[in-house]
Amino acid sequence: MTFQKDNPVLTVDGASKSFGAVRALNGLSFVLAAGECVGLVGHNGAGKSTLVGIMNGGTRPDTGTIRIEGNEGTGRYSVAVARKHGVRCVFQELSLCPNLTVTENARIAHASIRGFAWRRRAERVVRSKLDEIFPDHGIDCGQSVGMLGIAQRQMVEIAMAFSESDGPARIVILDEPTSSLDASIARQMLAYIRKFVAAGGSVVLISHILNEILTTADRIVVMKDGSVVANGPSSGFTLDSLVGAMGSVVRPRDAAAPPRDRTDTKPILSRRGSDSAPEFRAYAGEIVGLAGLGGHGQTETLVELFRGFGGDWKARTNIRAAFVAGDRHVDGNLPMWSILRNISITLLTDLTRAGIVRERNERAIAQSWRERIGIRTDSLDNPILSLSGGNQQKVLFSRALATRAPIVLMDDPMRGVDIGTKQEVYSLLRAEADQGRTFVWYSTEIDEICQCDRVYVFREGRIVEELAGDDIREDRVLAASFSTEAA
Amino acid sequence: MTSLRTLFAKPWIWSFLAAAGVWLVTIVFTGGASAAGLSQAALTFAAFSIIVGIGQMFVITLGPGNVDLSIPATMTLAGTVALKIMDSSNGLILMGLLVTLLIGLAIGIINYALIKLLRIPPIIATLSSSFIIQSAAISYNRGLRIKPPSALAEFTTATTLGIPNLAYLALAVSVAAWVALEKGIYGRWVSAVGQNMRAARMAGVPVDGVRAATYLLCAVLAALAGLLLSCFSGGAALNMGAEYLLTSIAVVVIGGTAVAGGFANVPGIWGASLFLFLVVSMLNTYGAAAGIRLLLTGTIIIAVIIAASRRPRT
Amino acid sequence: MTWFTADRLRLLVPALSLAVLLAAVFWVQPRAMSYTGLNLLFNLAVPIALATIAQMLIMTVNDLDLSMGTFVSFVACVTATFLQSNPVVGVLILVGCVGVYVVLGMVIYLRNLPSIVVTLGMSFVWGGLAVLLLPAPGGVAPDWIRAVMVSKPPLVPMAIIASVLIAAVAHWIVIRSAFGVVIRGVGGNERSVTRAGWSVLRARAAAYALAAVFAVLAGMCLVGLTTSADANIALRYTLLSIAGVILGGGEFVGGRVSPIGAVIGALTLTLAASFLSFLKISPDWQIGAQGAILIIVLALRLVLNRREGGAGK
Repeated sequence: MTFQKDNPVLTVDGASKSFGAVRALNGLSFVLAAGECVGLVGHNGAGKSTLVGIMNGGTRPDTGTIRIEGNEGTGRYSVAVARKHGVRCVFQELSLCPNLTVTENARIAHASIRGFAWRRRAERVVRSKLDEIFPDHGIDCGQSVGMLGIAQRQMVEIAMAFSESDGPARIVILDEPTSSLDASIARQMLAYIRKFVAAGGSVVLISHILNEILTTADRIVVMKDGSVVANGPSSGFTLDSLVGAMGSVVRPRDAAAPPRDRTDTKPILSRRGSDSAPEFRAYAGEIVGLAGLGGHGQTETLVELFRGFGGDWKARTNIRAAFVAGDRHVDGNLPMWSILRNISITLLTDLTRAGIVRERNERAIAQSWRERIGIRTDSLDNPILSLSGGNQQKVLFSRALATRAPIVLMDDPMRGVDIGTKQEVYSLLRAEADQGRTFVWYSTEIDEICQCDRVYVFREGRIVEELAGDDIREDRVLAASFSTEAA
Repeated sequence: MTSLRTLFAKPWIWSFLAAAGVWLVTIVFTGGASAAGLSQAALTFAAFSIIVGIGQMFVITLGPGNVDLSIPATMTLAGTVALKIMDSSNGLILMGLLVTLLIGLAIGIINYALIKLLRIPPIIATLSSSFIIQSAAISYNRGLRIKPPSALAEFTTATTLGIPNLAYLALAVSVAAWVALEKGIYGRWVSAVGQNMRAARMAGVPVDGVRAATYLLCAVLAALAGLLLSCFSGGAALNMGAEYLLTSIAVVVIGGTAVAGGFANVPGIWGASLFLFLVVSMLNTYGAAAGIRLLLTGTIIIAVIIAASRRPRT
Repeated sequence: MTWFTADRLRLLVPALSLAVLLAAVFWVQPRAMSYTGLNLLFNLAVPIALATIAQMLIMTVNDLDLSMGTFVSFVACVTATFLQSNPVVGVLILVGCVGVYVVLGMVIYLRNLPSIVVTLGMSFVWGGLAVLLLPAPGGVAPDWIRAVMVSKPPLVPMAIIASVLIAAVAHWIVIRSAFGVVIRGVGGNERSVTRAGWSVLRARAAAYALAAVFAVLAGMCLVGLTTSADANIALRYTLLSIAGVILGGGEFVGGRVSPIGAVIGALTLTLAASFLSFLKISPDWQIGAQGAILIIVLALRLVLNRREGGAGK
């Protein structure tokens, strides 16, 4: 099914991109025409961010081409080329300088504003756009961005993307632009998108609020596993058909243990939800999944649970919880160390007598875990960074599993891990759970969520749904992850 | 051959080679007459930089931005107060040692309290506290020059089997530090915190406890060095710690400890301390001015840190 | 609403502390409330203010210069010797110093080095050069510098005019000019500055060069006041300049600085020393009092920052 307008401004043709073992884009083609707004939807790992990266020039595809109108045959596509041809992006992360005022940020973004009275001109550029998109925005352009609220910052980012600098903005990519805006301000932005598109501009809109997509976009592209699985005018989709298109054929769930009756047992871990959000509970021997789109509060919840056990001042002799990091480089690896030391760090208190680490025991335990979990290396003394990503992740698993901790918290640890490793780890987790260990598992992958006994789906920082047993299905998770309420 | 290669792969070997080279050049220049005297002097003076350097080494290993600038003030305060308390009497030596220890502990606690509670970079926290410590030392004992107890004065200036007693003491401190660093859980924790504080926390390392203990250790070692220095030089002086501010950091950097944290190295401190002293005495033998000496020290520090930087920006 | 910006809020604490301190000085020593009195009180603040601005520029790009004191001392030595006897060589040396700072700024960025250790090494280098130049205190200030520093303009003392001028020029460069925005942007969010197509390397080199210029001016002014120089003349400037920036509302990271605040901070530190001596506080505790002031200001800041964080919601 193809649907296309006549005058394409941006064409991505047959783009593939792999990050290590993971194929993020799979020969994808995407065309953006002048004067249209395309809604881009898909679950975690569908390849949306990679596609955005390719369109703004930050990511280079392994194969395939990208063409932008006005740049035919003039060399490689890059961030500079994209900017020059009016491609603008609004990301979820803050891309402004918090110490500078709104006006000064406009100066940073638009190098051409300089010389005499630059301040007045910079302010005019950003203020006129703010007034146009968000009437009554109440933002003081002389205020530093750090002093603004999160919604106001987002509004400034959006205004900056649409504002005119060296040239007009022609293609604006908005990645979850409304995530921190309230409904009425979000409506103002969506209305402006329509106006912008009517004047000949092009917009790519990514949002987890499907209603926004259905009402604002001319055309909707649904992605899954690095490919486009559906592409057509918005009028051809409904909330249900969109959710359906994002999922795959419903597979029978691997028969895990039947859900047990927990009414009379005490949870090993619990946390009160705010307002109407369901309470989080985990019982001994259970694998509890945290699902939902990435960045909706799952990691924060895990860190909070972990920090709840204390231990910043005094070492715990009897470890209650261990943590498996997902972002290895930020909160997992100790990069200067060997594999051995990376495995043993959490376990160290158990291996120490009178302050001295018993290295023989340390090595024996690390060795047994190396064999059990299959870390591919010829020596435990090799540096951790000599391993492939998947094997580094196995080291982090061993670090947690080698302890006696009854609770293991996992922060999307399978990101970027090959399928073989995944299968090995799944069976290991199940075996450990059967022996009474509790796992709290945040995962962005449906397959992994389906391995869990019970699942909490997160949206906008809170739990919105609890699923158990046969209810743990892709369509249920998707429906809860995306806001499908009528606006 | 392989053992030679592993030897040369050690980060501390270079500071020792440099020290040996400078030693040889000086000996050749003076016609070999002063070999024993030069070695003894080198070991004696290096002992002070080794003791404060080890404290500073653990602090720097805690990661970027961690450095203790209150070392000189701590040395001065400990030296003056301990000498006054001991009042030149051999019977009060134990008391003096106890006071030295308490001063070190108190300063360490204050330093980490400032870092933790005011959430300011360690460099400013230890700087502000060093102002107050310095004032305390000045007001406690202005102008008075009390002689150290004769037993301590004798101990710090004497040699045993041809080697200065201070060098034995520095060796004892170094061995203890080496064991804690290489064999103990404390060294693992310090290194983990220095490599990636967030990862260390999530791996169950008691981050705050480790950092506090390290600042305490550094202050205690500085206090001890202050006491020894004042006994060695026959009395406390208000500026006696001054040169150890830069020296303590220089020996750590030259000794092969990672400036960005995560990796520490005890033997290198010895090589670097001996090297720094020998460079000074070599230049003195050549009759070079103090200015050349400073210039060279600075150039060496910068050259070492540029050579040791392994992660150029891409 | 418009008036209540983060920058102005940041100036509030230093301005108030200076005002309170000044009032206290006048109360204890009414004679200070005169042309000569004010000049005496603030005279030595001029070179400190210049050095503080230099330190502030380095801190804007998230670095710290631990060689500020020895560098100013070295400049003072050059001013009292070469610049006086052989102006061409003197100027060349000072221009060379600015060049060294540019190289430092670039090397620190390119090799990803900790500025603390590099500038610590530089403090040995500057100190060594200063000792070579002036092994014993001596030298003579060039007449024209001396003339400027002791001049007595009508109505307002030289020290006040100079401080206002320094604050105004630095404010214009760092806060008002389009160029200053880029430097502060590097301190605030290096990635977004890069993304917008700026060269972080060039911005940092420029910040270091400007810092060197202000530090050179500090050394020259200092010699103008003291008439002669020695290699250790300005060693305490390293700490004073850092303290001045912090007192004036600057922060260690994040590109949040205030030139006006930094000058006020320098004035406050100078005044605090005079005040403590008026109070007959033993000179023993004067450095200690500086440390205490620093700690108190940082504690106050913590409270204010919590406010700011709360206002962000």
